[in-house]
Amino acid sequence: MSFLDIHDLGARYGSLRVLDGIDLSVEQGEVVSLIGPSGSGKSTLLKVITGLMKPDRGRVTLAGAAVDYSNRKSLKAARDRLAIVFQQYNLFGNMTVLRNVTVAPTTIKKRNRRQVEEKARELLDRVGLGDKLHVYPDQLSGGQQQRVAIARALCLEPEILLLDEVTSALDPERVSEVLDTIRLLAKDNIAMLIVSHEMSFVRDVSHRIAFMADGRVQEIGSPEQIFDNPQTDRTRDFVGRISRVGH
Amino acid sequence: MSPDFLSDLPKLFTFYNILLWGEAALTTLLLSAVGCIIGMIVGFVLAIARQSRRRALIPARILSGLFVEIVRRVPFLITLMLFFFGAQVLGFDLAPLTIALIATSVISTAFVSEIIRGGLETLKPAQLEAAAVMNFTPLQTLRLVSIPQALPIVIPPIFGYFVLFIKDTALASQVGVLELTQAGKIMTTKGHSAFLVYAVVLALYFIVSYPLARLGGYLENRLVLSRHS
Repeated sequence: MSFLDIHDLGARYGSLRVLDGIDLSVEQGEVVSLIGPSGSGKSTLLKVITGLMKPDRGRVTLAGAAVDYSNRKSLKAARDRLAIVFQQYNLFGNMTVLRNVTVAPTTIKKRNRRQVEEKARELLDRVGLGDKLHVYPDQLSGGQQQRVAIARALCLEPEILLLDEVTSALDPERVSEVLDTIRLLAKDNIAMLIVSHEMSFVRDVSHRIAFMADGRVQEIGSPEQIFDNPQTDRTRDFVGRISRVGH
Repeated sequence: MSPDFLSDLPKLFTFYNILLWGEAALTTLLLSAVGCIIGMIVGFVLAIARQSRRRALIPARILSGLFVEIVRRVPFLITLMLFFFGAQVLGFDLAPLTIALIATSVISTAFVSEIIRGGLETLKPAQLEAAAVMNFTPLQTLRLVSIPQALPIVIPPIFGYFVLFIKDTALASQVGVLELTQAGKIMTTKGHSAFLVYAVVLALYFIVSYPLARLGGYLENRLVLSRHS
C-alpha cells in the first residue's frame, strides 16, 4: 500500500460539492503535484487530508492506518506524520522566526529543546535565513516568511509534506527563492503533495502529476505524459491554455 | 484678595476628617481594584466561552453572550439598585459595600469580556488552522498563540475602561457606601465649602486612578517593545 492512499474522497461546502470521488496515492519519497483550474478542489483536498475540513465520503490511509476524521486520537496521529505549508504562510506573529520553527516540536511533540533548536538553526540556514533567527514575521518579506514556514514544517520531521500554492502570494521576484528551496527538499527523498500553478516548477520537481477539475482527478501520470502527451481532452485543453499564457 | 473658602481648608483635614477621607479613598480603591481584577479574570473566561465553537460549550456561549449584552446595555446605577433591592427581596443580609462590590464586578466583567472578545477576534483564523494542524490543543493555542497576540491589542482599551470605571464607582454612594463621593456629600452637609470639598474629592480620584493609567501605559509599552527590541 502507498504511504498516502486516498480512495473515493468527497467533500462539500454546504450544498456545493468540491471533492467528488478523489482517488490518489503518494509513495514514500515521491513528489506528486496537483494542477488544475481554480476551484477544481486542489487546496480543498489538502484541507481534507489535514483535517481542517471533514470529508463526507471516502477514505484516507496514512502509513497504513485509516484516518478517522471524527476521532480526535486518529486525527492527531495522522497530523503527527504530516506537515503543511500554507499559501499565506500562517506564521505566528507573536513569535520570533526561531520560536515559530521550534514551538511545535518542543512544546507539542516534547522533543529535546537543544536538539530541536540545533535542527531549526540548520534548517533556517538551509533556507537562507540563518541571520534572521530573532526577528518577527512582520519584519520579513513574503518570500522570507514562506521559507520560514517551510523550515517550520520540516522541523516537525514529517513523513509527508503538503504544499498549498506556496508561491501564489509572493511577488514574482520572490517566487524563485521559495521554489529553489523546495527543489532542494525534493532531492531529500521526502514525500510531497504539491498544489501549484508554477507549471515549469511542477514539471521539474514532480514524479507524478495529477490534473484535477470539477473535484475529481481527471488524469494522473508522469510530467511528460501530462504536459506532452495528455490522455484526456480536459487535460489537453488545460495544458494547452496555460502553455499559451507562457507558464 | 483671599477667598473665604480657603479659611475652611484646615478644618477639612482634622484628624477625624482625615480618617474619613482615608476610609473613603480606600473604599473607592477597593471597589476599583476588585472590579478590575474580577473583571479581568471572569471577563477573560466569558470571552473564551463566547469564542468557543465546541458543541459542549454552546450553553456557556449563549449564557455568557446574554450576560454581556444585557449588562452592557443597562445603566450602572440600575444594575446596582437591582442588586441592592434584589438582595433585600431574596432575604440576603448583605452590607451595602458587599453589594456594591458584587455589582461593580459584574459590570466590569461584562465590559472587559467584550473588549477581550474583540481582541481575540482580530486573530487571523489561518493562524489557528496552522496551530490545529500542528496538533496544538485548544488550550495550547490559546496560551501560545491567541492570548499573546490579543494582549497588546486589548490592554489599552481595558485600562481606558478601568479609568472610566473608577469614576463610575461613585454611584456606590447611592446605596450608602462610604466612598469618595459619599465622603464629599458628608463633608458638605457638615457645612464645609462644597467647592473645596469637591476639589479634594477630585484630587483623591486622581490619586487613585493615575497609577492605574500609568500601569496601563507601562504594560502597553512593554508588550509592544518586547516584540521589537
